[in-house]
Amino acid sequence: MDTLNTLLLGFISIVLINNLVLTKFLGICPFLGVSGRIDMAFGMGMAVTFVVTLSGILTWMIDHFLLMPFGLEVMRYVCFILVIAGAVQLVEMYVRKFFPPLYESFGIFLPLITTNCAILGLCLFINLWEINSLLEASVLSFGAGVGFTMAICIMAGIRENLNLVDVPQCFRGAPITLITAGLLTMAFMGFSGMIK
Amino acid sequence: MSDISTPALGPTFTAGFWKENPVLRLLLGMCPTLAVTAALKPALTMGCCVIFVLTCSNIVVSLMRNLLKPHLRILMFTLTIATFVTIADLILKAFAADMSAALGPYVPLIIVNCIIICRAEACASKNGLVVSVIDALGMGLGFTMTLCVLAGIREVLSTGKLMEVSVMPSAFVPWAAMGMPVGAFITLGLMLGLVNIIAKKTS
Repeated sequence: MDTLNTLLLGFISIVLINNLVLTKFLGICPFLGVSGRIDMAFGMGMAVTFVVTLSGILTWMIDHFLLMPFGLEVMRYVCFILVIAGAVQLVEMYVRKFFPPLYESFGIFLPLITTNCAILGLCLFINLWEINSLLEASVLSFGAGVGFTMAICIMAGIRENLNLVDVPQCFRGAPITLITAGLLTMAFMGFSGMIK
Repeated sequence: MSDISTPALGPTFTAGFWKENPVLRLLLGMCPTLAVTAALKPALTMGCCVIFVLTCSNIVVSLMRNLLKPHLRILMFTLTIATFVTIADLILKAFAADMSAALGPYVPLIIVNCIIICRAEACASKNGLVVSVIDALGMGLGFTMTLCVLAGIREVLSTGKLMEVSVMPSAFVPWAAMGMPVGAFITLGLMLGLVNIIAKKTS
């Protein structure tokens, strides 16, 4: 029961309170780049969720079974980025084979998941928070993906309506998106303090 | 530099300051820009780390540009960058432990900073050593300057201090929100809007 409690709290915390995009500033590039339409945003969120879950679990295992016993912590970053690049390659092949239209519409943003800071960031945070069980690490990884999907979908929903609004010329595009994101983080600040 | 299309060094160096400023004009490297700019000191440290990594990776990429295979290119870039980021991280841990703790995971996150991979791809893999180094320094300085301006604004407004020295009149009430994520997003959004206005006026 205790474990279940920890897992549930960890999941809620990473989705709402420590949301990677809105409070840790990770994954801002796709957050600004792909949040134009809600279906693309959802597809992107799914791809990131898959990659982040896979690489979160793999990097935890590499870190605990390979790097730490042999004292190779120096190699950590190089290993992490290799695992992520491999996972992204896998997703790219899968999407190209089974969802060609989605693959076309993602364009450059699909291989760019490799350089999505949310993924490497999460792997580093798992290491930093000293998560010691594989189950907890995988729940956190999955939660991070869900949090990212949620943030990017909310943003896409707002931006679809923003298209109809008369924004000053010089604020169109990135500036107004950033200001909107700022207001969104303010809303999410309401969740902080929900879990100690 | 026998390349016919060798760019002039002066413009290459200054391009990163305004015309091709990585953050303000190309929208690259937004994550560290937002994350480490709550105060000036971490922003400056971050800028120095990025200059170091950018210069070293541009040197290595430029030296091995003739050996690169197209499909393995990005992987080689990433591995080069990861190596130098590890070096920078270890140096920082050894000589500036408090800064290293303050920056936390954002130092290793330089690996996935788009600026560095973008310069490796757009400049270092096509140009000779001198041009690549100049380009890296210019871009790095442009990035650091932007970071410092943003961090300066946020630190003054959120605490009334700059580098731990009071600069505001004593009647000033600090805006706590500027130190939080809200402040980062909104300040950068307004800065980008301002830059757009200036760019339109001057062009």
